[in-house]
Amino acid sequence: MVRAVALAQASQGRGIGGGMETLSSIILIFISAALINNFVLHYFVGICPFLGVSKRVDTAFGMGLAVIFVITIASFLSWTFTYFILRPEAPIPVWVWRVVGGSPDTTVDLSVLSYIMYIFVIASSVQFVEMYVRKFFQPLYDSFGVFLPLITTNCAILFACLEIMKHLQDPTRLWGLGEALTLAIGGGVGFTIAISLMAGIRAELDLCDVPRSLKGAGIALIVAGIMAMAFMGFTGVDRGVERAITALVGG
Amino acid sequence: MQDQPTALERFINGILPENPVYRQLLGMCPTLAVTGGMKPAITMAGATAFVLILANIIISLIRGLLKPHLRILVFTLTIATFVTIVDRFLAAYLYEMSKELGPYVPLIIVNCLIISRVEICASKQSVRVAVADGVGMSLGFALALASIATVREILGSGTWFGLQVLGEGWPAWGIMVLPPGAFLTLGLLLGGAEWYGQWRSRRRARAGG
Repeated sequence: MVRAVALAQASQGRGIGGGMETLSSIILIFISAALINNFVLHYFVGICPFLGVSKRVDTAFGMGLAVIFVITIASFLSWTFTYFILRPEAPIPVWVWRVVGGSPDTTVDLSVLSYIMYIFVIASSVQFVEMYVRKFFQPLYDSFGVFLPLITTNCAILFACLEIMKHLQDPTRLWGLGEALTLAIGGGVGFTIAISLMAGIRAELDLCDVPRSLKGAGIALIVAGIMAMAFMGFTGVDRGVERAITALVGG
Repeated sequence: MQDQPTALERFINGILPENPVYRQLLGMCPTLAVTGGMKPAITMAGATAFVLILANIIISLIRGLLKPHLRILVFTLTIATFVTIVDRFLAAYLYEMSKELGPYVPLIIVNCLIISRVEICASKQSVRVAVADGVGMSLGFALALASIATVREILGSGTWFGLQVLGEGWPAWGIMVLPPGAFLTLGLLLGGAEWYGQWRSRRRARAGG
């Protein structure tokens, strides 16, 4: 019974009437993840590659593409696991609970296992992606193969999984797969933008006379601070876009 | 084995000579994200210390059983277990703080500091050394977080641990508690630490020669 209610509530938001609303919410999620709440410059996740792999623009861009690739796969897997197994009142554990004869009043909640599950999903999907790309897409492997193992410990991936998990807690407003993937891709695009800009600025910085004690990480962090200030200028863009979409649909 | 540092050396190295933040640039996400005030910074340092010390102990105990290709997976799963414990603990006893730290508690799992200590020290040395290393590194990490949080909280809101430090008339620099302030503070403090190191080595060179 609980399962049926949860599924009915979950499908409400994605009914036929909600098509336009879903589209606008997807656009908003993307803009918010890529620009306004940029993963690197607002949430500080993925700082290690942001400082470590941003010496040259082409390697930085390759790292960004690899992150987009892995973040999408990991988010797909973690949304699937969270939706069906890990969230409170998820269908599969509830069904198992009924089959073994548990009391129907108990709330079935496996979310305590989610961190272990996510890190397992990320580590194994990185491994599989690496093997698959090496076997079938040799040129692609040559261009970003070296970055793939590094991504396991990139906090941006785990952060995307955690954000998706946060939106799967309340049974009345559940995120669909589309929204989850949009957040992941938006975050990956935001990471790519930030790391590529950073690499461009650092290439120019090599020609500048930086104080000796600030060379390396110090000046990179100060540049990142100024970039973060610039990205604060995007605040409110989402509301403008929302108004534009509403006007478009209304007119 | 004989050229590995002893427990005392590991302990002292962690605090200043190999300070995780200022010397090794490890664990940057929490360093930047939770240092808007002293309270979240100290809570974060405590949570990281708990996970680091216990993961060091467990990995050091099972170091004879580790297989090279499965090593990293065992590390991360061990760390994830302890992070889950800390997360549940914070949610139960320090609910407000757990809300404020948000996703940064689970992000301890991918904190490079812990993985690197487990890999460098605990998977090679005895439990005694691993505990000393964990305690030293945790103290160094706490010191680094506290130094950044001190600058940011005093300049950003005129308080320290929630107590009024600067006068009522202090125009709070809002930017210091926002993301850009984190980057700027850490960049300047890193520069300061580097400058101090260079100054000391110059002075030592002059005294020696």
